[in-house]
Amino acid sequence: MALKLADYKTDVHNDWCPGCGDFGIVNALQMALAEMGIERDKATIFSGIGCSGKTSHFINTYGVHTLHGRVLTFAQGGKLANPEMTVVAVGGDGDGLGIGAGHFVAAGRRNVDMTYIIFDNGVYGLTKGQASPTLKLGEQTKSLASPNTNYDVNPIGLAVASGFTFVARGYSYDVRHLKDLIIKAVKHKGLAFLDVLQPCPTYNDINTRDWYAGVDLAQESIERHSRIYKLEDTQFDPLVHYDDEVEVNEKLSQALIKSLEWGTKIPIGVFYQNELISPFTIRLKDQIPNYLENPPAKQKISENGLPITNVSKILDSLEV
Amino acid sequence: MSSVDFTWLIGGPQGSGVESGANIFSKVCAEMGYQIFGKREFYSNIKGEHSYFTVRVSDQQIRSNVNDVTLMVSFDAETIFRHFNEVSSNGGIIYDSELEDVNTEGVRSLDSPFKERLHKYLESKNKPFTIGGVLEIAKEKGVNLYPVSFKKILENLAQETDNPKLRSLIRMYNVIGVSLSLGLIKMPSDSLFRSIDTIFSKKRQIAEINKQAANYSYNYASKFENFDHSLTGTTKEPHTILVQGHYGTSIGKMVAGCRFQSYYPITPASDESDYLESHQILEVQNNRPGSTTVIQTEDEISAIGMMIGAALTGTRSSTSTSGPGFALMTEAIGWAGINEVPIVITLYQRSGPSTGLPTRHGQDDLLFAVHAGAGDFPKIVYASGDIEESFYDTGRCFNYADVFQIPVIHMMDKFLSSSVVTCKRFDPNKITIDRGKLLDKVEGEYKRFAFTDDGISPRSRLGLDNGIFWNTGDESDEYGHISEDPVERIKMMDKRMSRLDLALKRIPDEEQVISFGAHKHTIISWGSTKGPILDAISMLKKEGIDMGFIQIKLIHPFPTDLVKSLLKDTKIIIDIEANHSGQLGQIFKQNVLKDINYSILKYSGRGMTSTEIFDSLKKIVENKADKREVLSHGA
Repeated sequence: MALKLADYKTDVHNDWCPGCGDFGIVNALQMALAEMGIERDKATIFSGIGCSGKTSHFINTYGVHTLHGRVLTFAQGGKLANPEMTVVAVGGDGDGLGIGAGHFVAAGRRNVDMTYIIFDNGVYGLTKGQASPTLKLGEQTKSLASPNTNYDVNPIGLAVASGFTFVARGYSYDVRHLKDLIIKAVKHKGLAFLDVLQPCPTYNDINTRDWYAGVDLAQESIERHSRIYKLEDTQFDPLVHYDDEVEVNEKLSQALIKSLEWGTKIPIGVFYQNELISPFTIRLKDQIPNYLENPPAKQKISENGLPITNVSKILDSLEV
Repeated sequence: MSSVDFTWLIGGPQGSGVESGANIFSKVCAEMGYQIFGKREFYSNIKGEHSYFTVRVSDQQIRSNVNDVTLMVSFDAETIFRHFNEVSSNGGIIYDSELEDVNTEGVRSLDSPFKERLHKYLESKNKPFTIGGVLEIAKEKGVNLYPVSFKKILENLAQETDNPKLRSLIRMYNVIGVSLSLGLIKMPSDSLFRSIDTIFSKKRQIAEINKQAANYSYNYASKFENFDHSLTGTTKEPHTILVQGHYGTSIGKMVAGCRFQSYYPITPASDESDYLESHQILEVQNNRPGSTTVIQTEDEISAIGMMIGAALTGTRSSTSTSGPGFALMTEAIGWAGINEVPIVITLYQRSGPSTGLPTRHGQDDLLFAVHAGAGDFPKIVYASGDIEESFYDTGRCFNYADVFQIPVIHMMDKFLSSSVVTCKRFDPNKITIDRGKLLDKVEGEYKRFAFTDDGISPRSRLGLDNGIFWNTGDESDEYGHISEDPVERIKMMDKRMSRLDLALKRIPDEEQVISFGAHKHTIISWGSTKGPILDAISMLKKEGIDMGFIQIKLIHPFPTDLVKSLLKDTKIIIDIEANHSGQLGQIFKQNVLKDINYSILKYSGRGMTSTEIFDSLKKIVENKADKREVLSHGA
């Protein structure tokens, strides 16, 4: 029986603030899973800590709500032990780019075949609105005692520099577009990163829904013009077409340059995609030829309570 | 029957082949039927600092080092300065005669505290601060000196074999040193050549040159006189293996079915992960080949996170680390605790605190392991006493983790990891595999954390049909969804914590504690002190002194009743540990509500010898000991 969108929802009470951008992301994720028809018990949502960390409880697949900053480590371990699973990791920008920044960079280098979504809102919501890594220097959101003293991290730029092979940005109030991006990310062979701009209605009074919609810009002219525009509506081609240094460097550089665009025009869509770099599972296959057919989670290790691993050759070599 | 008890010491700068020299020597002795106990000491350094290896050889079972060295071979001055006084009166020193005039100032790597102590000593003996000076002291004590010009050996060898390249091959000093030693003790030489072949099996040419040097040096030393000790071979125990410290847990993990290991490099734990990776393809009976996925992570936090992620898929998963790395893992241990995830952490302790003595021994982390993690949650802390035990214990640890669905911390240490010993061939058939309530299929509604009679819920795994569950580091309901309900909270806490009593009830007594007999005086101890304690007890026995010994393997939960009953007739309890505060003693006092009468402690970073334990125990029996005996032997 075909699965419907409702099948991917749990009846867990959702306690996010009214108007929270997180709702759009969880909806898009459920829609994407339904559209791809991924069996519920063949997918695991791993989440970090904070408001976004609760995401895994709202989705009716396996759900692992991990530790602050560590979601990628749990997710990679799960995926490498059972590579048949569809794995999506989610977390806030503080989680992934503050406390978890080391894991973010290391995960990029590994390129494990899974998806990582950052709920990017510039504040630590659940601890009452402190500045998070993506808040700009000098900005003062409403619960800050003084303007932010740190420069902001560029999530797209960091992902590109770290080796992520699919790098995109979505907007939580454009749910259909975000759903399409999630599908692309999940289908991508390698580690996909999605930076999702997600207004926090309670603590970020700068990057609000109205701000993204360009309401302030519209005051001068009568018509609305959203800050957000889609890369696919431009000539921008994010895909690395062939395995050539010049081609790769050009695509990396244009993604980096594009990632610096902010202010009155904010691009969303795919910034960079390279499927010519081997996913980690394939690298493991070079060491362990039957890794994909017989991964850790599928291996038989005992028969009637006794071990079946034969180490006699090793022990023979140690005999004196 | 006269028994052989011979200790050989080789020293030299790190990177000069001390270890491969010792490996050849150990292998030769083991092949000739002897029991071996070897131990490596080294600085946190890649090249140049002093490292040394002692190999104790006997025709009886031995489990430790002793203080006295029978024969020392050195090709550098530092080894002589540091160890000349350890050589026993009828022992010998083979040394490079070119070094006789070297004074202490000429050895840059001698640190000033040591130099000060040595100078003071030499002044008291009225000797110059030179190799000649210290060797005079050894000679006066009755030590036989065997000066050899290593340079000349190479020159003569180059001439004899018409191979001028040999003249400058100082890399062979180690093989020359080993061969001189074996010649001096009359060990048959064919075994030496075989060992060289094995060690250089991938470099045929190098093996040949080394064999030439070995042959020449062996013959050279067999002309030496006045050495009382000869080792000509003894009856070999069948199925004896020669193993390094990490082989027990590594091979144990393969047999126990550990298929995922994530780790971050740290001394002395990473040897285990290296070994697993270099043997990652596994032969499996009547099955396609298996494999261990070994991942080097960006830090220990990632290592434990990945391991937990893998464990959630039903894979037996593990990591191996040391104190500082373990410190980084503690938050995630709590996560595994609240989520009832079976994981095994192999904790190769070293001397702390902080970086401490990063390449030296210590049992510093027992209390830390017992208390690791925020909040109250159950875990098992289990300690192995020697390498052979660690093989079987690894199997047990995975069973405990699966059956009780809790984190297990397997305590190992640097003393074990840098030992090389002979022991009985590991028997994989003695390891059992019990996955507890791990499910292969799920029917009907599933609740991962369902309340059950024994407090353990059937366990699904990520990816299993119909087995969907949720995990969270928050308190949760039976499904694994966040719950802050006070009544549910009490039930969940009680459910998890009941595992501690259950573990004490279900783990067989003989796995919890090993009693080597209890007497009026009885030792309690844990971990790697086992070997030197047992050897010290044998030494006491020869003097007619009975000494009991209770080796506690299950440290958390603490087997209070069992320990109490074993000690019921003991009057004097002696705690022996390689740490400053007597950590097991503290746990013992807290649980058994009895005082420790004496503590024998060592925290110099060097392992205990049976000699020094024997000395302290004897003082205790004779009522001459301090309440706290602190040991310090070892350079």
